[in-house]
Amino acid sequence: MSWETVIGLEVHCELSTRTKLFCSCPNEFGAAPNTNVCPVCLGLPGSLPVLNERVVEFALRLGEALEFEVPAESIFARKNYFYPDMPKDYQVSQYEQPILVNGRLEVDGTAVGIHRAHLEEDTGKTAHISPTGRIHDAEYSLVDYNRAGVPLMEIVSEPEIRSSEQARSYVQELRATLEALGVSDVKMEEGSLRIDANVSLRPDGASEFGTKVEVKNMNSLRSLGRALDYEVERQRGLLEAGEAVVQETRHWDEGDGRTKGMRSKEEAFDYRYFPEPDLVPVRPTAEWRDRVRATMPELPAARRARLIAEWEIREDDARTLLASPEKIGLAEAAVALGAPAKRVANIVINTPDVSALSAGHLAELVALEGDGTISKTVSKQVLDKVLAGEGSPREIVEREGLANESDEGELASAVDAVVAGHPDEVAAYREGDEGKRKKIRGFLMGQLMKQTQGKADPQTLNRLLDDRLP
Amino acid sequence: MSERAFDIAAAVRAGERSARSVVDEHLAQVARVDGDVHAFLHVLGDEARAAADEIDRRVAAGEDPGPLAGVPVALKDNMCTRGIPTTCSSRILEGWRPPYDATVVDRIRAAGGIPIGKTNLDEFAMGSSTENSAFGATRNPWALDRVPGGSSGGSAAAVAAGMAPLGIGSDTGGSIRQPASLCGVVGVKPTYGRVSRYGLIAFASSLDQIGPFAGDVRDAALLLESIWGPDARDSTSIPTPPDPLVQEIDRGVEGLRVGVVGELTDVEGIDPEVRSAVEDAARLLEKAGATVDRASVPSTTYGLSAYYLIAPAEASSNLARYDGVRYGLRVDGPDVEGMNAATRAAGFGAEVKRRIMLGTYALSAGYYDAYYGKAQKVRTLIIDDFARAYERFDVLLSPTSPTTAFPIGAKTDDPLTMYLCDVCTIPVNLTGACAVSIPSGLDATGLPIGIQVMAPALGEAPMFRAAKALEDGFAFAATPALAGGAS
Repeated sequence: MSWETVIGLEVHCELSTRTKLFCSCPNEFGAAPNTNVCPVCLGLPGSLPVLNERVVEFALRLGEALEFEVPAESIFARKNYFYPDMPKDYQVSQYEQPILVNGRLEVDGTAVGIHRAHLEEDTGKTAHISPTGRIHDAEYSLVDYNRAGVPLMEIVSEPEIRSSEQARSYVQELRATLEALGVSDVKMEEGSLRIDANVSLRPDGASEFGTKVEVKNMNSLRSLGRALDYEVERQRGLLEAGEAVVQETRHWDEGDGRTKGMRSKEEAFDYRYFPEPDLVPVRPTAEWRDRVRATMPELPAARRARLIAEWEIREDDARTLLASPEKIGLAEAAVALGAPAKRVANIVINTPDVSALSAGHLAELVALEGDGTISKTVSKQVLDKVLAGEGSPREIVEREGLANESDEGELASAVDAVVAGHPDEVAAYREGDEGKRKKIRGFLMGQLMKQTQGKADPQTLNRLLDDRLP
Repeated sequence: MSERAFDIAAAVRAGERSARSVVDEHLAQVARVDGDVHAFLHVLGDEARAAADEIDRRVAAGEDPGPLAGVPVALKDNMCTRGIPTTCSSRILEGWRPPYDATVVDRIRAAGGIPIGKTNLDEFAMGSSTENSAFGATRNPWALDRVPGGSSGGSAAAVAAGMAPLGIGSDTGGSIRQPASLCGVVGVKPTYGRVSRYGLIAFASSLDQIGPFAGDVRDAALLLESIWGPDARDSTSIPTPPDPLVQEIDRGVEGLRVGVVGELTDVEGIDPEVRSAVEDAARLLEKAGATVDRASVPSTTYGLSAYYLIAPAEASSNLARYDGVRYGLRVDGPDVEGMNAATRAAGFGAEVKRRIMLGTYALSAGYYDAYYGKAQKVRTLIIDDFARAYERFDVLLSPTSPTTAFPIGAKTDDPLTMYLCDVCTIPVNLTGACAVSIPSGLDATGLPIGIQVMAPALGEAPMFRAAKALEDGFAFAATPALAGGAS
């Protein structure tokens, strides 16, 4: 039997607001433990939350980008459970009435439906202090509440993803969108983007879903792909052996390359959700939504299309550029300075590390190529020196005498000398067919380049060679 | 009875009397009677004297310290006070000192008022007698073998006994009005959202509201005016600023439409003396120019049942944070869960545990719709019924408490009987509206009776006018014997 893979993804992303979800403590990574805290995010008795409007605005931006419906009213709820890193022993989240519903994301030409996106607060972080490093030997635990109250958005796709490749593309496109919207740093490795996947298989053509398994703990796109591939194969094996898939949560073990059932007793958690009485319903006004709409940045798909059309580059090159904010930023800045886009893109894509390259230097380099001052061969040398911090392209070209030989008299005598020095080749050229002639011409050009140390303008050399070869 | 805040503030602002002398006299009264009454958990002697000296310095410098200049205020001990123990009468918060002041405390200070101490309450404001306190019961200043009501019994008793001209309480199901009634003082439950809850330690967030205790209606208006109004730190605070209140109270009740709520007055369990006091109140208002009729709010009889699902449900969540991890009591256990459980077992009293269990159950999967969900529907019905009643009436009358003060220990073994103390007050919390309790007189045994005047949300002005007219009509002037030495 052949099986259809059914995947739904839950993407949790930290929103990069300046302050936390319900208080004005800084939302920043890496501060000393328990320094970005106040009575509200510590959940001290008597404190009350006040919703950060910026968070709603970020949600509205995502709503615009992914064509979500924005319900007239959304509400927060309390998710109740005891955990030491959760200051109030409940998490303020959205449950029955999320801020966004029914969105979609175009992934490689297919629309993936998005069920909902909702807002919630992050928890603190517990460190178990253990002499052996093993949690069971821990003598005590310390909790850092700096992350408590950091705004999170959970984006839940419909079960419409059909392969691990498509899942990766979905996450990539979503990540690019979140980044373009400026709402999240989307760093999976730092935990600002976390993904849980629901995976099931069903016989091809079936309309009922199979039993799903939730897979957690993938901390990179690569591990997402690997985990999904593993889980799909595991389930296929079970089903083909006539066994049942057990509905459970499994952890991806990056080292072992396997998903593992959580051995802890599967407690049926009852979170006792109820509407958070300390907050009022969120009702984004039409004016607010209009304002957001008017200030939307260019989204990845549109930007890609623009680069392909206007810069005349290939789609995969556009994706490569857009995958790196640094590279696309540099390229766009150089283009803004008047440099030809296609050449700029080409250089940026082929330079592994552009951190030492300024848009001004890049534009200057391309301009030196364009006006014939240097050849592409020399340009590469100049670029390496620029990256090594040896100065601007123009300074390097002048200091090291790398400009093309433009004295036609000198070049002409060089051509004469090469032609005179290779009578056999010249004779063969005269009698040869198209292929032969091309080969010999290439050889002669190489000799000329060697003699002029690459500084000769190839166009001039070609013209001079034409004059001397029949 | 003791002195009026209005007169004290006027004298202090005019430089005729020092705030220091006011504070010293009240501290002396505390020293004299609080050994018997036990209204205070923590007396702020040094802090209050220092604050008074500062007020006097400002008056001497020609500044106006504000409408509460030099007036001592008793604060229920569920209002956070920076650096000062705030216990909610619970072992679980013993030793905790909040790093911040509640908005209401900020505003009292900004108006020139002087916090004079933190008062006793039923643990986490759960109770109607101030007997559920980890630190001992408060006694009624009118009869020391009787309860002062609750949960804000400490503040009510402090005002009744002349230890403070003003008190602050919180009212979730009647916790200001019922003790005001039992202690013979004025107690106000303002419209939900009128007074910021920031810094009030939550019992049931959708019902909790802070309000004043005072010796008369004008003092209650004066204190309410000083503490109410929008607060950016409380999302449920009403954003429109309220109109001045004190200037309203003497405008009379000519043409005011008054309804006596039959379901809360003509029913079993209401003491006949209390019922006849409500009839007296209706007659007094009629005499003063109001029109009076019977009002019917049928669903109000379900208020108690709905309340005992909604309030515990919210409480079960609000009180989860007392887990021994961050502050207050910690009792060690073999692991985190064990520590949480041991701490909560040792830190909470029986009534708090009962309500946490009730609320947890009401929110549980499979029971939510039948209990919490149904209770919310009943709440909506009650809101609708009151809205219909307020189409015909400007204010409604009922008893505040079915009975006058009962003996200490009389109801502690029977929670349901205790819950019935709030049958008349709870509907106002469920609807988010406002109400005031004012004393009408004494029953045959010499204990105060209270009348409840209710008004729709934001109806404080007509409510205070009716309350003032009743106060003038009843001309209740008695004070407990032990209050005699206050001034």
